[in-house]
Amino acid sequence: MSGSSKVIENAICTFCGCVCDDIELTVDSGGKHITQAKNACVLGKSWFLEHKVEDFPVALIDGKEASLEEAVDAAAEVFVNAKFPTIYGLSDTTCEAQKQAVAIADYLNGNIDTTTSVCHGPTGMAFQGVGESTASLGEIKNRADFVMYWGGNPAEAHPRHFERYAVNPKSPWMPNGKEDRTIAMVDIRPTQSSMIADIFLQIKPGSDFELLWAMRALVKGRALDRSVEERTGISLDRLEALVQQMKDCQFGVLFFGMGLTMTRGRHFNAGALLQLATDLNDFTHFVSLPTRGHGNVTGADNVVSWQTGYPFGVNFNRGYPRFNPGEFTTSDVLGRGEADALCVIASDPGSNFSAKAIEHIKSIPVITLDPKPTVTSQHAKVAFTTATYGINVPGTVYRMDNVPLSLRPAFDSPFPSDEVVLRAIKERICELRGITPNHKPAAA
Amino acid sequence: MSSAIRIKNGKVYDPLNGIDGEIKEICVQDGKIVDSVPDDSPCIDAHGMVVLPGGVDIHCHIAGHKVNLARKFQPENKRHDVSPRVNELRSGTGGSVPSTFTTGYRYATLGYTTAMEAAVPPLGARHTIEELHDTPVIDKGFYILLANNVCLNQLLEKGRMAEFKEAVAWWLNAAKGYGVKLVNPGGDEPWKGNRNSNVHNLDEQIRGFDLTPRKIIKALIDTTNDLGLPHPAHIHCNNLGHSGNYTTTIETMKTAEGRRVHITHIQFHSYGGEVGKNPTSKAKEISDFINNNPNVSADVGQVMFGDATIMTGDAPLTWQLRNMTNKKWINADTECESGCGILPFSYQEHIYTHALQWAIGLELFLMAKDPWRMVLSTDHPNGGSFMNYPKLIRLLMDKQFRKEQAALANQKAINSTSLLDLEREMSMYEIAIISRAAPAKLLGLDNKGHLGVGGDADITLYDDQEDKEAMFNAARYVIKGGRFFIKDYEFCSDYQGRILHVEPEYDHAITQKIKPFFEDYYTIQFENYSIDDSYVHDGEVVPTKSLS
Repeated sequence: MSGSSKVIENAICTFCGCVCDDIELTVDSGGKHITQAKNACVLGKSWFLEHKVEDFPVALIDGKEASLEEAVDAAAEVFVNAKFPTIYGLSDTTCEAQKQAVAIADYLNGNIDTTTSVCHGPTGMAFQGVGESTASLGEIKNRADFVMYWGGNPAEAHPRHFERYAVNPKSPWMPNGKEDRTIAMVDIRPTQSSMIADIFLQIKPGSDFELLWAMRALVKGRALDRSVEERTGISLDRLEALVQQMKDCQFGVLFFGMGLTMTRGRHFNAGALLQLATDLNDFTHFVSLPTRGHGNVTGADNVVSWQTGYPFGVNFNRGYPRFNPGEFTTSDVLGRGEADALCVIASDPGSNFSAKAIEHIKSIPVITLDPKPTVTSQHAKVAFTTATYGINVPGTVYRMDNVPLSLRPAFDSPFPSDEVVLRAIKERICELRGITPNHKPAAA
Repeated sequence: MSSAIRIKNGKVYDPLNGIDGEIKEICVQDGKIVDSVPDDSPCIDAHGMVVLPGGVDIHCHIAGHKVNLARKFQPENKRHDVSPRVNELRSGTGGSVPSTFTTGYRYATLGYTTAMEAAVPPLGARHTIEELHDTPVIDKGFYILLANNVCLNQLLEKGRMAEFKEAVAWWLNAAKGYGVKLVNPGGDEPWKGNRNSNVHNLDEQIRGFDLTPRKIIKALIDTTNDLGLPHPAHIHCNNLGHSGNYTTTIETMKTAEGRRVHITHIQFHSYGGEVGKNPTSKAKEISDFINNNPNVSADVGQVMFGDATIMTGDAPLTWQLRNMTNKKWINADTECESGCGILPFSYQEHIYTHALQWAIGLELFLMAKDPWRMVLSTDHPNGGSFMNYPKLIRLLMDKQFRKEQAALANQKAINSTSLLDLEREMSMYEIAIISRAAPAKLLGLDNKGHLGVGGDADITLYDDQEDKEAMFNAARYVIKGGRFFIKDYEFCSDYQGRILHVEPEYDHAITQKIKPFFEDYYTIQFENYSIDDSYVHDGEVVPTKSLS
């Protein structure tokens, strides 16, 4: 190894919501490439090792190379000429950039939404309805003797979730690690994750709500008909034994994934699960936690919430924030053909939204900020190439349990950060709209 | 930038400088109060106005993880209470837990220019600072929760007091905190580790530790004094809300043994009666104790009728209230540091307990012989929003209004207290003490809460009105750091406000003791825990006091 290679200790991986902060990165002597990512999982390794600074132009306007300044002007122009500009994405960038994006939506009287609306949006809505009992992952690592995963496959989606947080770690209260815990999985099919479980409930597809509601009934001591097996695939005897185990544990946790929130029932499913955890607090300490996907989707929820009061799907058309999932969520705003300009930050709706929404994307001016070309950026009026958060850009991110961390970037990028680009666009919009900048000198 | 302002003809109340309603000129230059300014400086003719230092809130919940949970939890309280954008002033939403920008602007609109977030687990301090940066106009700081800190409690049970003190100082530095907060000392361990139970007695052994709540309280009172922190240990006592808890409160105050201590939202800790039965008022007993013990200060935590949000590190309490109200509920544990409970709440005049709480708060204000040690708070948003302060001020200043309001509340409760016998009406001077001068003094903020030369130019001007609620509801001018935020009722320019924090000295060898603890108990690396100076770029370090 070259003597001048650089080592970054305690670096933070933003590939998934685990946001592991114990990565040791080695950067090659040229300072343009990570050669080793010690402690990272297979996904983290590819995130770090395959990241290269590529020879893209900093910006394209209508597919033609442009300077940053020209692109900022063009983007601001698109924004101020729109009646219903919509900003979307934000789960793979820093909180510092997210703040600028919300400011732009506010100054434009536009719409802002994050990828939460297509992953754990139902969880956010259920939370507003019924609350939640939750914990930071360390409390689970230290104390949880009953761990259940529902509708998720962490072994493949969050590979270090078991090892760092919930299954294997030892703690002074759990000296034998996994041996001291009961691990339960609920899914519609066996997965890599279910292989490690002590209890695996293979349920009939689409029966999550019914099963959760049946469990709530049992927790509350209600009699239940044996037909629950026919509906859910799980026998009453098994269910009773499981619920008893949950009531008897010292500290229980229910993790849940998009297998619960994006199937039939959506926020009813999430609400049933959150309430099940709450109900169990009559007997013991019980918490629940969504296993969030993107590296800083939790930060996006936080920033949008503290700036507007609402977690996602926020509209400023009336000069103040309003919230209505289904009305102001991006897939709906696009699917109904309402938005007349779209800005996408670190996301690719052009590849995963409904056909109707994608058709509309192609018919309106689009601004994209992304380190790589995406399907969406192919249609962009203005496409910025930005530096990658965590690898090139410092800033704040939130782990899936709302623990904030400061990034430790490995090397510089020739490209600007999302924050720098968005701030410049915001300032240009304020100029064009005659919104006075802050901090005027005092005068009587 | 020479930014001079002269305020003339105003009626000035500046208790720290003994000024009681004198017509007096106040001069401002470069963000500070000065002796004089050039004759041609811009001038406000404050004839018919009252001039006060900017308000200082010693205890509120305005930023951080639990606040943000409570915020996004209650869209039902936001849609009907919006703050539109005004030029560059950002929009937001209200309710009892407003969005960050709205929090800053609303505080400032009432004439408040400093506020302290009262309960932050150090692991979430970075989040709190991020939100405080988005809470404009006011200067702000926060207290870190240390009374259920597993690492500190392990040092304490082993009697390693020197290391305990170093570790407290390290934690304040690492989190950029302003002070040390105790919430339900010792109660987290039984909550998280023993099926949602709690501690109930200061001398009860805490499960899993060779320790009692009293030992934790004593250690943190001593340590905050020994470190010379500008603000002493800030204590939310055990047994909050329980009938009969006033004895716990008095025992907690006695534990200070004459050293400085601050008891917060003491109204919630001033109840007689038996556990499980209706509470009674013990405001007299609590007031007598504080009147006779000059080392003790308190804020009231007044309850105001209407919507509130229970939001506290005292998770068992919230669970108990949840089981009474059956409302939606949040519990949020922070590893090794804290619990947290959140519950939407509404205080209602006709309910015995709520009316009693309302009356006890007022009794505590009116029975205090020394207003410098019994200061204004609603424990926002627990007893009600800070937006209730103008009404609360009127209740204290206007006996007739107080009686009218008492007549609307549960009479059994009101008549069981001495409220209707209390004829005292607070003067403007006393209001200036309990809402400005005293909290600043108790916080050790030498540049705030007064209008003397050298002080921060945080100044509020109100129209002098008979109706004190109307008067305090909308300042006519608010000057923050020497700049106009409100001029003649209108918003002018935005203002960022600063983060106030402390940096007590400590022996760096202590990190070698703390780091192994992190490896065993935490899920983040020790090296990623401390908050970088860049997060408080415009912060102000408030010095620790040299000890005599």
